[in-house]
Amino acid sequence: MDTPLRIPAPAPESHIDAIPSGTWFLHTSPELCMKRLLASGFERIFQICPCWREGERGNLHLPEFTMLEWYRSGSDYRDLMDECESLLTGIAPLAGHGGTICFRGCSINLALPWERITVQEAFTRYAAVSMEEALEGDCFDEVMVTDIEPRLGISRPTFLLDYPAERGALARLREDDPTVAERFELYAGGLELANAFTELTDPVEQRLRFHHEESFRRSMGKSPYPVPEKFLVELSSMPPAAGIALGIDRLIMLLTDAETIDEVVSFTPEEL
Amino acid sequence: MYTVSDLRKGLKLTLDGEPYIVIAFEFSKPGKGQALYRTKMRNMINGTILDRTYRSGETFEPARLEERTMQYLYKEDNNYCFMDNETYEQIAISEDLLGDTRYFLIDNLMVDVLMFGEKPIGVNVPNFVNLRVIQTDPWVKGDTTGSDSKPATVETGYVLRVPPFIEEGELITIDTRTGDYSTRVKG
Repeated sequence: MDTPLRIPAPAPESHIDAIPSGTWFLHTSPELCMKRLLASGFERIFQICPCWREGERGNLHLPEFTMLEWYRSGSDYRDLMDECESLLTGIAPLAGHGGTICFRGCSINLALPWERITVQEAFTRYAAVSMEEALEGDCFDEVMVTDIEPRLGISRPTFLLDYPAERGALARLREDDPTVAERFELYAGGLELANAFTELTDPVEQRLRFHHEESFRRSMGKSPYPVPEKFLVELSSMPPAAGIALGIDRLIMLLTDAETIDEVVSFTPEEL
Repeated sequence: MYTVSDLRKGLKLTLDGEPYIVIAFEFSKPGKGQALYRTKMRNMINGTILDRTYRSGETFEPARLEERTMQYLYKEDNNYCFMDNETYEQIAISEDLLGDTRYFLIDNLMVDVLMFGEKPIGVNVPNFVNLRVIQTDPWVKGDTTGSDSKPATVETGYVLRVPPFIEEGELITIDTRTGDYSTRVKG
């Protein structure tokens, strides 16, 4: 699929900022348009496209990067974990890797099954505080970055799954436990490669969550976004589906054992 | 005032009233989470390393540092005395703060003193200084051990390796950046 890169109303997310382009915005991911295509009847779709995020620059971040997104009707986030396994084990040999990938001194074994660990278990195993304490003490992200992420996907790729509900603004909550969002992140060698959800298809709930995220954005003094009305209207006809966003630059970093994202792009912003 | 977007290696800022220099910096953002600015800093007075993680919106006081050219006068107990030749103001700097730099201080040497407000926090000596050798063993002719250097002590008490032909009483040039022997001063 190809969807417009410049859109009038990005999905409001607390910590993702769109770069303005005239009175519209460069998209931060093709998510909203891709879901409208699902709603219009396409069942299995993918897109590789540039995405833009304001202020993101570091060893693993570029304000303009390349994303692969794919969606599948009638499936959930567990199906996408299987597809990630197929994708990576399928392309690793094409990039000259055998059953293992050497990355940052780690020898990552691609043999199935890959590790699947919940966010709660990861806090118990790797952090000094529990997930609940981290949320309560407002240090969830700090603990994630310093204590947990560097330990994920070291000997084999790891799916970190079942995020706290408030950490999945566009994800469906688990039926048996509404405090948990059906969301996962894929890690290899401590590197975050992909983020996936079982998609939320309830337009009323989605509007509430957008409102919540947008309120937070405005309370932080960020520029307001218009509500993506057409998306919310069409969401009511979207079938149950799962979707995933995988960073292509990060994937190439993994396959080429690159130290920084700068090594896998033609020009960094600083070089322009 | 600095913001998190100014953070980079080499930036000098004030934390809890003391000057720090950023020695490592990383932008992080866990999936869908907030931007975090992970910073490793060294205290410019006592060398302590500090790890701090900042969020968007935090601000920092720059470290107001000034370099003053001063002359080394003399040592008293464990303090080294320097004078600003324009204002005649004198300051004392402790041996601890000087570290190995103290070995390169010869009387009347002009140095750059790094000041944090009124407080001296470091001394930069010239890249090369000349010091007299006060002790070294003579070179035994026909030495076949193959050793191409020997220890020598200079007038400040500093011990270094010098070529075998250097004799007691000679003046040698030392590279203060590495602490190594550079050349012999003729005459």
